[in-house]
Amino acid sequence: MASKRPHSLFYPDEMILNILQKVRTIAMVGASPNWVRPSNFVMKYLQQKGYQVIPVNPGYAGKEILGETVYSSLSEVPQTFQMVDIFRNSIAAKEIVGQTIPLIDEKKIQVVWMQLGVRNASACMEGELAGLEIVMDRCPKIEYGRLFGELSWGGINSGIISSKRRRLRI
Amino acid sequence: MKKKDTGLQPPYGFETRSIHAGATPDPYTGARSTPIYQTTAYVFDDVEHASDLFNLQTFGFIYSRLNNPTVSVLEERIASLENGRACVCASSGHAAQFLVFFTIMEPGDHFIASSNLYGGSITQFGESFRRLGWNCTFVNPQNPDNFKKALTPKTKAVFIEILANPGGIVVDVEPIAAIAHEAGIPLIVDNTLATPFLCQPIKWGADIVVHSTTKFLSGHGNSMGGALVESGKFNWNQNDKFPTMTSPDTAYHGLNFYETFGDFGFCMKARAVALRDFGPSMSPVNAFMTISGIETLPIRMLRHVENATVIAEFLESHKSVEWVSYAGLKSSPYNTLARKYLPQGPGSVFTFGVKGGYDGGVRLVENVKLFSHLANIGDTRSLILHPASTTHRQLSDEQRINAGTEPDVIRLSVGLETANDLITDLDQALDSLK
Repeated sequence: MASKRPHSLFYPDEMILNILQKVRTIAMVGASPNWVRPSNFVMKYLQQKGYQVIPVNPGYAGKEILGETVYSSLSEVPQTFQMVDIFRNSIAAKEIVGQTIPLIDEKKIQVVWMQLGVRNASACMEGELAGLEIVMDRCPKIEYGRLFGELSWGGINSGIISSKRRRLRI
Repeated sequence: MKKKDTGLQPPYGFETRSIHAGATPDPYTGARSTPIYQTTAYVFDDVEHASDLFNLQTFGFIYSRLNNPTVSVLEERIASLENGRACVCASSGHAAQFLVFFTIMEPGDHFIASSNLYGGSITQFGESFRRLGWNCTFVNPQNPDNFKKALTPKTKAVFIEILANPGGIVVDVEPIAAIAHEAGIPLIVDNTLATPFLCQPIKWGADIVVHSTTKFLSGHGNSMGGALVESGKFNWNQNDKFPTMTSPDTAYHGLNFYETFGDFGFCMKARAVALRDFGPSMSPVNAFMTISGIETLPIRMLRHVENATVIAEFLESHKSVEWVSYAGLKSSPYNTLARKYLPQGPGSVFTFGVKGGYDGGVRLVENVKLFSHLANIGDTRSLILHPASTTHRQLSDEQRINAGTEPDVIRLSVGLETANDLITDLDQALDSLK
């Protein structure tokens, strides 16, 4: 394994902010019922920020995570969702993008977001050709916290410079 | 929907970040200067919010031992200036070093440090850390291979000062970083003497940068503090050397810090475990003073370097001075390295040898009238010290020589006074040695 993390991808703040604004419902593939897992942390945080998060995890289909019914696949989710958040590895991400593309119109999907460490260039290209916005190797919780000041409370470099009052939420 | 302002897009200049990074106006009051949040604790919205905070599931404030809104501004500012991912401040530079090593080391582990370090660090590593089971080997940094030779299977880090205190020595960071990375361990660089204005060690391969913010960052000799910065680039998962970062933490119900927080996992762990459990937090007032200090860091450092150069040249030509070790002088063996790593000048702390040995040193520090005789560096005021009789007194003769503090050595931290006044003062004090 490389001693360094791979080079960081660049997404303009405007793009991330726009996604966080237009998306209200997120299907989270790989959501875990274990409260100490990162996916559970992120799901709970996004719920607190007003998003509906629908967990997708075939191992827990029919059960509940954080008050939401778990579905076995994206196509089983009985409502629209604007974003797919992938908490699976980079190889699985390709398959999930493949499952997303045929559902774009039916589910009104606009964005596929891959979590920290998850990158798949060919899945990205396929998704973009199908009209999806793709974000890779980022966490929506961290990005929300970064753009709205909370990440800075942990001494983390947000990269934000502004002489305007910071908004605390969308 | 109304377009939301997220500020300008990066990259921002160093001077802009020195003033603005971390410090957008207060969201409630619009206060432009950073408020001093002199509070110990913060209310919870409800029980659920409290448990989310304690479990690190959400961002926020619990208790000022862990974080504080004023201190957070300083942390983000230092992280930005070092081009790092995140920063944790501490009550002193020594405390910051402790937080770094506690987050990496387990009893029985080993690290390698340059022998050209601030005397206090040599004692901290060689004596106090040893009592915790953290074993340090000191090596001469002038030959990078010395680090390679000292590696053991238990070695967890390499530690250097890029611009060493007190000797006017510049350490060749790049090959040392390569040796550390080849061994799968992080390079920790103390950047106190250079400050991020003169040198950004992450650019040269440092994975963690530490500071005594007491020095040039706060800059006015009035506020203690320390900081650790992580680059966000070190892969803690590349081997099994760092279970503290990559295995479930029992204090947090099995949370895996690297997996959960990724490129700022080290700072999260340093804060949520080391700072929480040992408690050397920075006070909000000291953070405020340091934030204010950093706003003028670029112009202060330029003047510090300018004054140091003039004084070093004056001393080099003085008949009561045996030698001057300032990397900015052409005569310095470190001049080439200084031009590579510190192109705007190698700071304002350097040493010279006074005729008359130990007694000559004592007489000089007792006879200055404008230089202050004290154990600090990085003040607006010019400071003078005779290490052999003070900071390096506790070291053995061999350690003193390795650290560049023989009996005749005088250390200066050149301040921001009128250069001619400083020269006049040194001249009259040197005359007293005749």
